[in-house]
Amino acid sequence: MGEEIKVIVFKLGSEEYGIEVDKVQTIERMLPITRVPKTYTFVRGVINLRGVVIPVIDLRGRFGLEEGEYTDQTRIIIVAVNDMEVGFIVDSANDVIDLHTDRIETPPEVVGGIKAKYLDGVAKIGDDRLLIMLNLAEVLNKSEIIQLESLEE
Amino acid sequence: MDMNQYLSMFIDESNDHLQSLNENMLLLEGSPSDLSIVQVIFRSAHTLKGMAATMGFEDLAALTHQMENVLDLVRNEKLAMQDFIFDTLFKGLDALESMVQDITEGGEGKADVSGIVASLQAIVRGEDLSAAGAGAEAKTSASDPSANTAIQLDEFQYSVLNQSIADGHRVLYVDVHIRENCQLKAVRAYMVFDLLERSGEVIKSSPSVQDIEQEKFEHSFSLYYITQMDPAELEQQILNVSEIDKVTVMELDQESLQQMNEMGMASQEAAAVAEAPSKEEAPETTATSAAPEQAVQKQAPQSSAAKTPAKSSGATPSRTIRVDIERLDVLMNLFSELLIDRVRLEQLASEVQNHALTETVEHMSRVSSDLQDIVMKLRMVPVDTVFNRFPRMIRDLAKSLDKKVDLIITGAETELDRTVIDEIGDPLVHLLRNAVDHGIEPIADRISAGKSETGTVNLRAFHSGNHVFIEIEEDGRGIYRENILKTALKKGVVTQDQAAAMSDDEVNQLLFAPGFSTAEKISDVSGRGVGLDVVKAKITSLGGQVTIYSTPGKGTNFSVQLPLTLSIIAAMMVKMGSEKYAIPLSSIVETAIVRKEQIRTVHGNKMVEFRGQHIPLISLSRIFNIKDFNENEENETEIIVIHKGERLAALAIDEFIGQNEIVLKGLGKYLPQIKGISGATILGDGQVALILDPNVFIR
Repeated sequence: MGEEIKVIVFKLGSEEYGIEVDKVQTIERMLPITRVPKTYTFVRGVINLRGVVIPVIDLRGRFGLEEGEYTDQTRIIIVAVNDMEVGFIVDSANDVIDLHTDRIETPPEVVGGIKAKYLDGVAKIGDDRLLIMLNLAEVLNKSEIIQLESLEE
Repeated sequence: MDMNQYLSMFIDESNDHLQSLNENMLLLEGSPSDLSIVQVIFRSAHTLKGMAATMGFEDLAALTHQMENVLDLVRNEKLAMQDFIFDTLFKGLDALESMVQDITEGGEGKADVSGIVASLQAIVRGEDLSAAGAGAEAKTSASDPSANTAIQLDEFQYSVLNQSIADGHRVLYVDVHIRENCQLKAVRAYMVFDLLERSGEVIKSSPSVQDIEQEKFEHSFSLYYITQMDPAELEQQILNVSEIDKVTVMELDQESLQQMNEMGMASQEAAAVAEAPSKEEAPETTATSAAPEQAVQKQAPQSSAAKTPAKSSGATPSRTIRVDIERLDVLMNLFSELLIDRVRLEQLASEVQNHALTETVEHMSRVSSDLQDIVMKLRMVPVDTVFNRFPRMIRDLAKSLDKKVDLIITGAETELDRTVIDEIGDPLVHLLRNAVDHGIEPIADRISAGKSETGTVNLRAFHSGNHVFIEIEEDGRGIYRENILKTALKKGVVTQDQAAAMSDDEVNQLLFAPGFSTAEKISDVSGRGVGLDVVKAKITSLGGQVTIYSTPGKGTNFSVQLPLTLSIIAAMMVKMGSEKYAIPLSSIVETAIVRKEQIRTVHGNKMVEFRGQHIPLISLSRIFNIKDFNENEENETEIIVIHKGERLAALAIDEFIGQNEIVLKGLGKYLPQIKGISGATILGDGQVALILDPNVFIR
């Protein structure tokens, strides 16, 4: 049996993505970011969020998508998973919807250029809107990043 | 009943009592005939027993009770302390400690202590025959309800009662019977005591208060009581407590008090006489065998006892409250926020140039730096909290290695940040074990080297500047350069060429190399492969350093340097293009400006001259890929000379901003360790600046 969950909807390019609301701490407008040298390429740096230093990553960069300019729609979504706090830079975030977990289907191999393992599934909302649910634990999985980095070198 | 809220208090206090038990047992071992120490030990054990019983940890209470019995005999001079009694009591303490540890970790505090209990009971019963037997019997007979008409008063209690009568107080003898079918007689008894203590003082009760608390009485108890109340009224009040069957209140004058007391004495003696005769001849032998043992024992540990008088006198009660460490952390965090705002306000004030505002901000700065001092002090804990377990450890260790060692602790009152204290214990244990195991020679070797039989380990703590030093110095065999190099070569830590070129200091540092152990024999004490490298890693992670000073044949000194605090540091803020970095002031030697032509290239590395020597010039902009700054394009470069131990290097930077107090923050768990960056801080304008770890740049 599934259940109703609340989902934050954000955009990368033309695709819409979802993160369960209880994993999201806050959504912030763009903040000054301090660059951190010698780290993963998609890590933009760190921000000061009310006295706590939090690393932010560009979600486009993380998924290997082309990184765009930041606009006044750009948002930082602060998520907390496995005791880690991380900010995601996304193109825009402007919706919270109710979703029944039964409506989330297993994703096809590749959705919008993102590997299936980063996804929990795809849900059809409305007539022709597709919502891609992110698997946060996998997105923030560090061991895989290290492999990825060493391949690049 | 929900005991959880009391549990942490219980654990804290139990640990305090165990600690004081340990300390005083060691003192007592030094002077076994000092009964005042026994009194202190007895009181600690007694309180511990009471607390454990209240909290329902029965094994703990039972064991403490047995230890208390032994101590009681000693206290009343019915038993002389002997070596094996000490050993048994120490074993008991260890068991208690592990039980409390278990409770701390959420366990039930249960343990099989029957072995220790049995030997304690044997001490009470058998080993010391006449007096102990009589004493124990007298005690049980006193707690027997049939004997409740006679309570024996000691001299002190007797004189208190006598004095009270002389001063015009009423001294009452109260006898209370609780109904036989009463379910919670301890509770009823408690209610009676509570009632009594509201309007007077209970001098002595039979059975004793703690036995009553544990329901170790039949259905009645009696007591001496000083009050101003009318006896009849008191009787009525006690009867008002439910399930009280009968109360007799008798007012005493000096004469009747004396009579009562004599009665008590008589019944006690009667019990003693009844028990004693069968075991008459034994005490002689015990006493004589005990005497020389005592004499031997006195020599060695007494000196250490004599050398730590400051510590025992330092135990005077201070007015303190216990505060959860987490609350202090919150306080610290909030204060950090304030500090950031302060810096911001200072900036704004200097921009606005308003006189009144500047003055206010300056005042606030002064107040907040005072506040900072206090907040930091709150987190400071004397190193004694770590040191206090060492005397016991060294005693056991020396015994097991068959060596004689005096541990002399100085500066135990020196304070360190709580976070450092929590981490420093294990490394120190390791260093001390090393000192006793590898440093101090076996007795025979010491004698042939012309040293005294007993080795000395000095454990010192002291402040110096912004650091605290902890030194472990022994007068053992010292470190021989050749031995270290031999082992290092064998284990492939260094090559022959390297070895020849090394200074003595560098050779000593080899001890900290991973997988290095010089002891030829592997003992269970040290030399288990994990060695000094772990110690060094730990101390380095705390921002500290270890240095070794050694004179072959004379001894070795391990000197540990630790920062006072880990959370707020003084730093130099610098600008690199558009980016800002903080460099801890503790690593900075000085700042300077060099012209382009002063920079030389040696083997492709840039060097600058500094006070007659050439030191490497390190390009931060290259290491950190800083895009909008490159010192090569400048005619004059600002440099910061940093040091790591004796070695120096210069960092090329763009612009100095100034010196600041900064609050250390982590970079978050997501990012991996970044070489050269130890953390982040938040600047007055709300932006994050990274903190450099200059040690990384000097190899």
